[in-house]
Amino acid sequence: MAMKHRAGAALALLTTSALLVAGCNGGESETPNEEEPFQKPVTLTWWHNASQDGPGKTYWEKVAKDFSTLHPTVTIQIEAIETNQLQRTRLPAALLTNDPPDIFQAWGGGEMREQVEADYLKDITDQVKTEVADMGSAAEIWQVDGKQYGLPFRMGIEGVWYNKDLFAKAGITAPPTTFEELNAAVTKLKAINVTPIALGAGDKWPAAHWWYNFALRACSVDTLKKASVDLVFDDPCFVKAGEDLKTFIATEPFQQNFIATPGQNDPTSANGLLANGKAAMELMGDWNRGTLETVAEDPAKLTKFLGWFPVPAISGSPGDPKAALGGGDGFACAKNAPPECVEFLKYIVSPEVQKGYAGTGTGLPVVKGAADAVTDPALKSILEATAGATYVQLWLDTAFGSTVGNAMNDAIVAIFAGNGTPQQVVDAMKAAARK
Amino acid sequence: MTATNPTLNPAGGASAPPAGPRPAGRSSARAAQTRRKWYEIVGLTTPAIVVYVMFVLVPMGFAVYYSLYRWRGVGPPTEFVGLDNYVLAFQDPIFLDALRNNAVIVVGSLLVQGPIALAVALLLNRRFRGRTVFRLLVFVPYVLAEVTVGIMWKLLLTGGGTVDALLRQLGLGGLVHAWLADLDIVIWTMLFVLTWKYVGFAIILLLAGLSNVPPELTEAAAIDGASWWQTQRHVTLPLLGPTIRIWMFLSIIGSLQVFDVIWVTSVPAVRSLGASATMATYMVDNGFFARLWGYGNAVAVILFVISFIAALLFQRFLLRRDIEGAITGRTN
Repeated sequence: MAMKHRAGAALALLTTSALLVAGCNGGESETPNEEEPFQKPVTLTWWHNASQDGPGKTYWEKVAKDFSTLHPTVTIQIEAIETNQLQRTRLPAALLTNDPPDIFQAWGGGEMREQVEADYLKDITDQVKTEVADMGSAAEIWQVDGKQYGLPFRMGIEGVWYNKDLFAKAGITAPPTTFEELNAAVTKLKAINVTPIALGAGDKWPAAHWWYNFALRACSVDTLKKASVDLVFDDPCFVKAGEDLKTFIATEPFQQNFIATPGQNDPTSANGLLANGKAAMELMGDWNRGTLETVAEDPAKLTKFLGWFPVPAISGSPGDPKAALGGGDGFACAKNAPPECVEFLKYIVSPEVQKGYAGTGTGLPVVKGAADAVTDPALKSILEATAGATYVQLWLDTAFGSTVGNAMNDAIVAIFAGNGTPQQVVDAMKAAARK
Repeated sequence: MTATNPTLNPAGGASAPPAGPRPAGRSSARAAQTRRKWYEIVGLTTPAIVVYVMFVLVPMGFAVYYSLYRWRGVGPPTEFVGLDNYVLAFQDPIFLDALRNNAVIVVGSLLVQGPIALAVALLLNRRFRGRTVFRLLVFVPYVLAEVTVGIMWKLLLTGGGTVDALLRQLGLGGLVHAWLADLDIVIWTMLFVLTWKYVGFAIILLLAGLSNVPPELTEAAAIDGASWWQTQRHVTLPLLGPTIRIWMFLSIIGSLQVFDVIWVTSVPAVRSLGASATMATYMVDNGFFARLWGYGNAVAVILFVISFIAALLFQRFLLRRDIEGAITGRTN
């Protein structure tokens, strides 16, 4: 009997707590917190990817502390998680439960589209109109169907980082502006026994980015925009991109064994080759300034010889020569996050905080007023080129979402390895879109 | 059998009056004893069973369930596709490459590690100066963390790295290869690193087995005039059989599920081209990085079924005698 009573009590307890939980959730989803912020104490959980000790991580700690000082009702709990873990496992798993972090890293593009479709994110369109106006086209990447779901704090376009000293030694007078000039530069650099271009194909995406750039030149802006939404890749320009890439690889501009060379983070990586004067060029995004420094034997020397130029144009191609590939990092608020989350998001992209971010040298700021804080000449030329770009296409693997992106990158790497064809890239993308 | 002897059972003895063992008392004593036995069984095994069910059986059930859906990890799985994910896996040439690589590692580990381990264990089992130091050295790679080993060999084997330099210094420059970049070689490089890492484990197991071989037998063999070789071949090796079979079992299962050393030593591009992928790395690359959660679960289930069948077959045909011997005592 005693057993029965206890079992009954346990059952009753379970039922009540289940009801309670259900009740709470029901309440939250039915009435999203739209009341005035800063009325009662709240704790915001914040997941970002600056997990390595350094200026980036320290800066976010300072930002959280400053915000709490401004608004004493808000406590911010930070969890810094390495990018792959954050993006591939921790965030998807947390979003599947009813208890995701309030504010978290968002990369925009296809992934964000899926998150919006699953009703995970807060629509912040009306609250951030001023901020979006100040950012210009950069904010578009964090929009889905015209609605704003996140804001970027870092954004930059991709280009070629190069060694001015080696260029001078090889007799190259000006940075190449067309692929013909780039090919000529490659020949000249080979003549002085320097690896023309460092390539971290081992990590796949650094190699895939060459194909993205050929696609950007071969395809019209409209084709790319449409492909990002519909995931239809029937336009012949996608095959053309692979053919152009094959022709370029055939000129042998890269170091030996590039298929096993990592992109960044160690001295044997493509970054290491450029940073230590063993290669003359590398195609990479705006964050490269910081990552090159971590692998340079002599950072002062690196600062002296490092330059940057936009990806050269291909004469006679339908793509816009002033269009560029780019991407960035942003944050989004969970659907049921308290209204303070949006306030914090706005604080992160305020000119003051953005200036401080630019000062850390970990990336380029997004808000126009913060541009003055950028002093490095190479980074300055990226800022100028970004401002001058007619269209910024988000990294294609992010734009198309992880599934198509991954299959596309794998198939492009196969071209680099010599056992793939341009048609197979498009086939793989189409197959993945159905998976 | 215990009912006739109440002293064996304190609980029963207390409840049954010592005078006049009446039938009713005896049966209630037996009932109390049975109940007590069940309390013990339930009480002692429940924690283990609960943990096993929650962390092994339930996740396995979920894996099978998810594997039947086209599911990207966003929202609950809704799109039921039956066995499509399994069909897709066996149609993907990269997955078939991964299967082949696992087979290479299973067979290669047995054929390479086995003889090396046996030879070294027999040598280390003899008495000589510095034996402890040698035993320690042999075991060091196994104690190192997989990630440490992976990074170490990655740096040593990289193009123009230490291994290449060493070969050139020795005048063996012709042997220099793109160990981690040549798609035809990389699986053999992986096998080498795995062998380096795990051969110490095989040696320690065999040494433990050797210490169970009664010295009387080898002494008797020596008195009968057997040479060292003959003693090893006809006395030690047969007695080492159970240990060797257990090692083979662990090696096969470990080779089928190998992940960490490959993941760290071999770069993503080489893995995705199929040159060094194993079923486990393929599962993570597709499940998490391509965000095909349903498909990744299907690959996990395939990996489980293959390992399970391998384990069952091995137990049925090779381990049966050893296990029976352990439970029922040697009958043969």
